[in-house]
Amino acid sequence: MKFRIYRFNPEKDKKPYMQDYDLDLDNSDRMLLDALMRIKAIDDSLSLRKSCREGVCGSDAMNINGKNGLACITNLTDLREPVEIRPLPGLPVIRDLVVDMSQFFKQYHSVQPYVTNEEPVLEQERLQTPGDRARLDGLYECILCACCSTSCPSFWWNPDKFVGPAGLLAAYRFLADTRDQNTRQRLDNLEDPFRLFRCHSIMNCVDVCPKGLNPTKAIGKIKDMLVKRAV
Amino acid sequence: MGLATKKFDAVIVGAGGSGMRASLQLAEAGYKVAVLSKVFPTRSHTVAAQGGVGASLGNMGEDSWAWHMYDTVKGSDWLGDQDAIEFMCREAPSAIIELEHFGMPFDRNEDGTVYQRPFGGHMQNYGAGPPVQRSCCAADRTGHAMLHTLYQRNVRANTVFFVEWMALDLLKDNSGNIVGVTALEMETGDIYILHSRAVLLATGGAGRVYAASTNAYINTGDGLGMVARAGIPLEDMEFWQFHPTGVAGAGVLITEGVRGEGGYLLNKDGERFMERYAPNAKDLASRDVVARAMATEIKDGRGVGKDSDHVLLKLDHLGPEVIEKRLPGIREISKKFANVDPTEAPIPVVPTCHYMMGGIPTNYHGEVLESTNGDYSSPLEGLFAAGECACASVHGANRLGTNSLTDLLVFGRAAGNTMIKFLRGHSSHKSLPKGAADLTMERINRLNHQQDGESVTEVGGELRAVMQANCGVFRFPELLEKGVQEIYSVAEKVKHTMIADKSKTFNTARVEALELENLIEVAIASLVSADARKESRGAHDRSDFPERNDSDWLKHSMWFKSKSQLEYKPVQLKPLSAESIEPKVRAY
Ligand SMILES: Cc1cc2nc3c(=O)[nH]c(=O)nc-3n(C[C@H](O)[C@H](O)[C@H](O)COP(=O)(O)OP(=O)(O)OC[C@H]3O[C@@H](n4cnc5c(N)ncnc54)[C@H](O)[C@@H]3O)c2cc1C
Ligand code: SF4
Ligand code: SF4
Ligand code: FES
Repeated sequence: MKFRIYRFNPEKDKKPYMQDYDLDLDNSDRMLLDALMRIKAIDDSLSLRKSCREGVCGSDAMNINGKNGLACITNLTDLREPVEIRPLPGLPVIRDLVVDMSQFFKQYHSVQPYVTNEEPVLEQERLQTPGDRARLDGLYECILCACCSTSCPSFWWNPDKFVGPAGLLAAYRFLADTRDQNTRQRLDNLEDPFRLFRCHSIMNCVDVCPKGLNPTKAIGKIKDMLVKRAV
Repeated sequence: MGLATKKFDAVIVGAGGSGMRASLQLAEAGYKVAVLSKVFPTRSHTVAAQGGVGASLGNMGEDSWAWHMYDTVKGSDWLGDQDAIEFMCREAPSAIIELEHFGMPFDRNEDGTVYQRPFGGHMQNYGAGPPVQRSCCAADRTGHAMLHTLYQRNVRANTVFFVEWMALDLLKDNSGNIVGVTALEMETGDIYILHSRAVLLATGGAGRVYAASTNAYINTGDGLGMVARAGIPLEDMEFWQFHPTGVAGAGVLITEGVRGEGGYLLNKDGERFMERYAPNAKDLASRDVVARAMATEIKDGRGVGKDSDHVLLKLDHLGPEVIEKRLPGIREISKKFANVDPTEAPIPVVPTCHYMMGGIPTNYHGEVLESTNGDYSSPLEGLFAAGECACASVHGANRLGTNSLTDLLVFGRAAGNTMIKFLRGHSSHKSLPKGAADLTMERINRLNHQQDGESVTEVGGELRAVMQANCGVFRFPELLEKGVQEIYSVAEKVKHTMIADKSKTFNTARVEALELENLIEVAIASLVSADARKESRGAHDRSDFPERNDSDWLKHSMWFKSKSQLEYKPVQLKPLSAESIEPKVRAY
């Protein structure tokens, strides 16, 4: 199977280039990550992040034939050849497929991603109905892979000002939690021409999320909450 | 050349559930702590835990910590230390309530309390049954929900993370106290000395010693390699848990929660064979029991598939609603990795290496134990361990499902508290000895200059093949002996591995070579300890000694790499306050 992979080692290369690999696969090679590991066994200079190999840790997000996804759950049989692999777009490249994710995490941290509740600690769990708990479904499952934010044109242009789909999904996850008491501050923190309102509902984020989450919908809900509190 | 040095009150190696539960304790108490991780914290393998975390909340019916304790002791085949087990089971409910307060999105009951599901080996009435619902969960993504919640809480506490930093070796002063670690910053390739008053190892499992494993690429037992090289023993390394339900061929886990919710196993005749092996608990017997039953079915020709090499896990009878609500991740995994939609057809599964019961010897305060002429009562100054890399020992010869996540919370918190006490009593840094980083620099320089030798992939593959072939679900004397010999010859090759890429920036080839030097310590300890233990107990099942032998073997194996020697340590049968649970026949 044929692959074209983005290569860049700042110690050696003046600029990035694409390297071709032609690979004999084994029957047990099912996913793109298996193929990349096979390449790495031949050429140990190829750098990429990986860990769980089952789509739950978010390490191996990359741009695969033009679309962001996780190598470990991308089936080789679904890929057109040569498979073109690049680092996630819009973030500085450290080396090969490894990008600097600082800006992405900074935005995640900026939404205060934790339940805030100043009431005293109880002997028992805080109660929550199954219905209220269900409001967190589709939100808490995010694995912070950055497939969404790095496919969002608004994030490419303003990564320092626009929170981006992953951060906003997290913001709504805490707004939606009945145990959280910080609704007002959370909304204040987002009521800004850039932080939230740079989203123009282009939906690239929804299209690429490997966990099937829908940041656009969550963003819409935050906008609704802001409208509601304005009237 | 002197290395750059950074100074902290404490260094925590590992940002999984255990490391982050401990760091929270220290950060909230205002200490200057560095938490190192090879990957961004939420990518640690705790993220993959599915089924749940055990605690006797009693939300679904009567339960008590004493029952939980009984099940854990019995599950451990009496090799667990009963002081540590009592401690864990008593502390578990408060650890869960606390996690809920931190924001953990647990599933809920109609009355708003945390939902709990049944899990293997967890019973009411001191093992008599019926099964109890003790596993608190967030669908089948409990570990993900827990790891993210702990990370989020650490963000709130302003914990300092060193992301993509790999700890390499422990630093000891001349009196043998631990005074820090050396570490590799992956982005730059630079090596640092992290000088600290206390070090916590929370590096997780080492399941990558087997070819078929539910573990992540990063689970290479680094903490174990570090202690082994520092002259500290490894405890009970022969005890590896094979999870009954790994996806055949892929290794990816299908949680026991599937059987907790009512799924069951079938052989090629469509027989629910667990009824024969465990008439009471059936598919919810302990993992070692179920894994052996499956291996027996396969061995006796009742396996499924063209090579008769797996069995089937049926759950379609639960209906799509239950599967969508309680087991959505399983459905995703089985479609992706087995091409099967479990709402329609059963999933092909085989026993797969999953969990390391052994590890770095600790007491229930998280202090690492050292041997003074065979006596382990005085801890080693400055070193702590928690989570899967540690052996307290609560899991003994076989861990019950849900008890690892409990272990992370309870012992992560306890280790954090013990470290705070220690730091209060040791207010100044002990000085770094001359040449503190020599061992590390030798290892790094060796890799930088090695121009021939086998590749890390090849040698790693051999290591995994030796473990897989000789140290599996069933163990045979000839194979164990052969395995010991083979692993020592692999160890020679590990000393001469060659990486072609010598550059510094994010060099993952170098990282993998260094990881292999840890994996080999784990593999040697496992094979040597397994070969020496002449009995069958929990996950260690020998063809030539099929019975448990309490008069000779009710003791922990302690493997010293430094002197290539096995020693033994008595099992603590005396709990903290409860009555001792005396060894008896283990039937499910
Ligand atoms: C698929 C799967 C499902 C499971 N399901 C359950 C379940 O439902 N219930 C249950 O109780 N248990 C379950 N377990 C077991 C449980 O998840 C693990 O035992 C537990 O999560 C381990 O946590 P930990 O904190 O010890 O380590 P980990 O979460 O593995 O974290 C280890 C940390 O150490 C870091 N690290 C390692 N080496 C170094 C180094 N050299 N330098 C710097 N950092 C380093 C890593 O980067 C990582 O941050 C499951 C295990 C697997 C594999
Ligand atoms: S919907 Fe909004 S967040 Fe998503 S890609 Fe488009 S602009 Fe970005
Ligand atoms: S929302 Fe989806 S794509 Fe975005 S970071 Fe989370 S899991 Fe990844
Ligand atoms: S390796 Fe974890 S998501 Fe792919």
